[in-house]
Amino acid sequence: MNPHPVEQVIRTHQPDTRTAAIASTDLAEEHRRLSATWADPRGFVGWFSHVDHKSIGRRFLITAFVWFALGGILAVLMRLQLSRPENHILSPDLYNQIFTMHGTTMMFLFAVPVMLALGIYFVPLMVGARNIAFPRLVAFGYWMFLFAGMFLYGMFLLNIGPDNGWFSYPPLAGPEFGIGKRADVWAQLITFTETSGLVVSTALITTVFKLRAPGMSLNRIPLFVWAELVICFMIVFSMPSVVIASTGLILDRLVGTHFYNQAEGGDPILFQHLFWFFAHPEVYIIFLPAQGMMSMLIETFSQRPVFGYTALVLSLVSTAFIGFGVWVHHMFATGLPQLGQSFFTASSIMIVVPTAVQFYCWIATLWSGRLRLSVPMLYALAFFVVFLIGGLTGVMLAAVPLDLQVHDTFFVVAHFHYVLIGGSVFPLLGALHYWFPKITGRMLSERIGLVALALFFVGFNLTFFPQHILGLMGMPRRVYTYPVEVGWGGLNLLVSIGAGIMALGLLTYFLNVALSLRRGASAAANPWNAPSLEWATSSPPANYNFLPAPTVSGREPLWQSPETQPIVVGLRSDCRDVLVTRLMDAEPDHRKDFPTPTIWPFLAAFTTSVMYVGSIFTPWAVIYGSVPIAVTLVGWAWPREGKRPEELERDVAQGRATPLELVQ
Amino acid sequence: MPARIQSALDAAGVQAAQIEWLWWVMFWVTAAVFVVVVAALLLAVRRGRSTDAPRPDDRSLLRAVASAVAVTIVILFGLLYASAATGRAIGSRPDDKPLVIQITGQQWWWSIEYLDEAPSQRFTTANELHIPVGRPIVLNLRSPDVIHSFWVPNLHGKMDLIPGRLNTSWLRADTPGIYRGQCAEFCGMQHAHMGFVVVAEPPDAYQRWETAQRQNAPEPTAPQQLRGRGIVERGPCALCHTVRGTQAGGRTAPDLTHFASRSTIAAATAPNTPGYLAGWIANPQHLKPGNRMPATGLNAEDLQAVLAYLETLR
Repeated sequence: MNPHPVEQVIRTHQPDTRTAAIASTDLAEEHRRLSATWADPRGFVGWFSHVDHKSIGRRFLITAFVWFALGGILAVLMRLQLSRPENHILSPDLYNQIFTMHGTTMMFLFAVPVMLALGIYFVPLMVGARNIAFPRLVAFGYWMFLFAGMFLYGMFLLNIGPDNGWFSYPPLAGPEFGIGKRADVWAQLITFTETSGLVVSTALITTVFKLRAPGMSLNRIPLFVWAELVICFMIVFSMPSVVIASTGLILDRLVGTHFYNQAEGGDPILFQHLFWFFAHPEVYIIFLPAQGMMSMLIETFSQRPVFGYTALVLSLVSTAFIGFGVWVHHMFATGLPQLGQSFFTASSIMIVVPTAVQFYCWIATLWSGRLRLSVPMLYALAFFVVFLIGGLTGVMLAAVPLDLQVHDTFFVVAHFHYVLIGGSVFPLLGALHYWFPKITGRMLSERIGLVALALFFVGFNLTFFPQHILGLMGMPRRVYTYPVEVGWGGLNLLVSIGAGIMALGLLTYFLNVALSLRRGASAAANPWNAPSLEWATSSPPANYNFLPAPTVSGREPLWQSPETQPIVVGLRSDCRDVLVTRLMDAEPDHRKDFPTPTIWPFLAAFTTSVMYVGSIFTPWAVIYGSVPIAVTLVGWAWPREGKRPEELERDVAQGRATPLELVQ
Repeated sequence: MPARIQSALDAAGVQAAQIEWLWWVMFWVTAAVFVVVVAALLLAVRRGRSTDAPRPDDRSLLRAVASAVAVTIVILFGLLYASAATGRAIGSRPDDKPLVIQITGQQWWWSIEYLDEAPSQRFTTANELHIPVGRPIVLNLRSPDVIHSFWVPNLHGKMDLIPGRLNTSWLRADTPGIYRGQCAEFCGMQHAHMGFVVVAEPPDAYQRWETAQRQNAPEPTAPQQLRGRGIVERGPCALCHTVRGTQAGGRTAPDLTHFASRSTIAAATAPNTPGYLAGWIANPQHLKPGNRMPATGLNAEDLQAVLAYLETLR
């Protein structure tokens, strides 16, 4: 492969390329000008106008963790209620709201958004871009996400929190049995999160495809970026299914359609197919970014390139494909034809293979690396043990006969917490420990981090391992209490104690974050000697991310001799000039003047939210609510002063701007 | 009698036994995989930590990874086969004359109707399923309201009851005993208290029970019991409940014809003792908040009479 394909392209486009080196005084001046150009505005209105991907990503991350904390408090309440048989701490009505809120929060307001949040923050840094593509759209996505959670918890405080489970099956959630507005709240929350998820995914896909540093061909993209790319495509293809499911539900409820009404030719099972066609891929949407984090952690802390890059990428992609073909294993008890079920057993077992490939590649990397057992790496090792258990019980659940016994029992609760917490939260906490210095400029305390990990690991296993046994002993899910004579009391008490320890572990983690924010050792640009581009800039990064704009010539740019690496010069610093590259080999394609801060996305999100909430109470809200949305969209799309690519070219030709070039 | 009355690991029937076998196959295979993978991980960490160990080249790593993947695929095929074989064993329909029972799950109790070709031989009961040991039972599962799931872990896995559909399942109890079942699909406020009792008994005991159930409710004799029957027939009870042989013919709540022969009340929520029963009738929303039985507003004297009458429904 040609090591510097970029230069040729530049040369053909810019015949008068200069090759002057940049002096350090020029760098300081360039830094000052870029900082001014890329700054987000200050002040009250300015605060709502941010378009810097790091600012939005940070907000996304913090907001997701706020919902995570609330969902966690709900979990602790449930464990209090279930700590002994025939308990009366929570009424059945409140318990049903709480378990629904817990599942809905964790799946829709934490797990998927937190993965997108890290994507928003790190994907542009990892591909060497100045900002994320469509930053205003991403800001809109953030505000929709914030309003989604405020809406859900506001309704919960008003005692109209959803109470039909995070899956909200009709007819229980339908017009006849789902009384009040609770099921509408659930359906509309889905609409909120879909809107947010789809716009953010679009922006991330575009960023990965078009804003990569010159030289970062597809086969050099960091694995976390690959994982984000894959899940964004999964979101784009799976979310329409749940859009249809929840919209059908809300139409049944509000305007009297009969999509799920069997008495009028509808079908409640249709909802389950549509829901799980989204909700199973959702598990992988949550899980694959964590796999990407695992690859990054293992690479850095083994100090060697991860073994089997191509196999790891193909594993991510094939998991995404197979992930769309397993949804029926959530429905084995609905009485579907056996032959059809066998297909889904086979696909559910087949999906183990790509995950196994990743496991073995990582073990091979560890085997041949030079390990440093820092806290992030210990999280990665904990992932192996915990997720392995979840994966193995997943194989059991793929078997129809066994699934018929343990489906909808605590065995399944244990399984998916091992998968989701083991497979996602352990890598996530490890990755945050790893990336914390990049985001904040300070290191987290290793000692407190170790205590947090130990508490979390022990608490987690104490909470969820006994639940396997409870499920086999016949304890169904979603029960607010259980009788004495079935003998589940002892294990449930143990589980509740474990939940307390787990909560303590998370508190310690957050305490570490709070303490280190004030007193942590300040971080160098690359404290872990990591290979990927996000460590090529200061900690925390400047608002324009990189100076000079980088190019890459390998998979581990920071481990390859940076002195001889070409850089991009000639991008304008007095406007938001961004280099757009081509999809396959990231050759420079054209320059784009990027959007500036604006409050319109916030206003658009606000008016959209008002319309969404209003439509629960009257269908007319859709009509009247569209007017203010239209106004904000017009404001948003109002032509702005900026340079089109051909104008930039003309500027260069007339000497008002420096031409784009690479300097060796 | 099995050790536990609601457990998939104490199989008392042919299906549950097959599934329990599959469980143990899966358990031991996956446990072995777990041990091997964790051992490999620990070894890798030890190798990676040591500074002097020679680093293998990528070719030998590739060989190791490829063989591990191959072994994984072989194991997965083995488990797939075990699953399919068990599925076949529990899925094939019985051909010798099965007993056909129609189960209707509703918020939050079970109506149980023993079907027969002769309509006069059919009878209905609730929340307590009696089956003869050794004879295949075909279950027709229906729901008039929301989705429920029928589950007796000691006998078989679950099967959903879906409005607008008829699902069938079959099972066979091999060990006599009393088991507990429970709705396994979240079905609303009192999902947790939608239980039932399964009595698997020898064929002759079952025959006696069946004969008794086919009878109408026995005539009460004592004046208080007669008074109680009057209240049941003309008071609020008859709007929802049936007592065969009386004027009480409501269809929206459990059939009470042989109520006193059942061991639990309120869908296996509490034992059928006079104390619990009095509390239940006096204030149904206390024991099982949100259930469909309204407060009856009976005074103490009427309540005693109704209790006395219900006692006779053996």
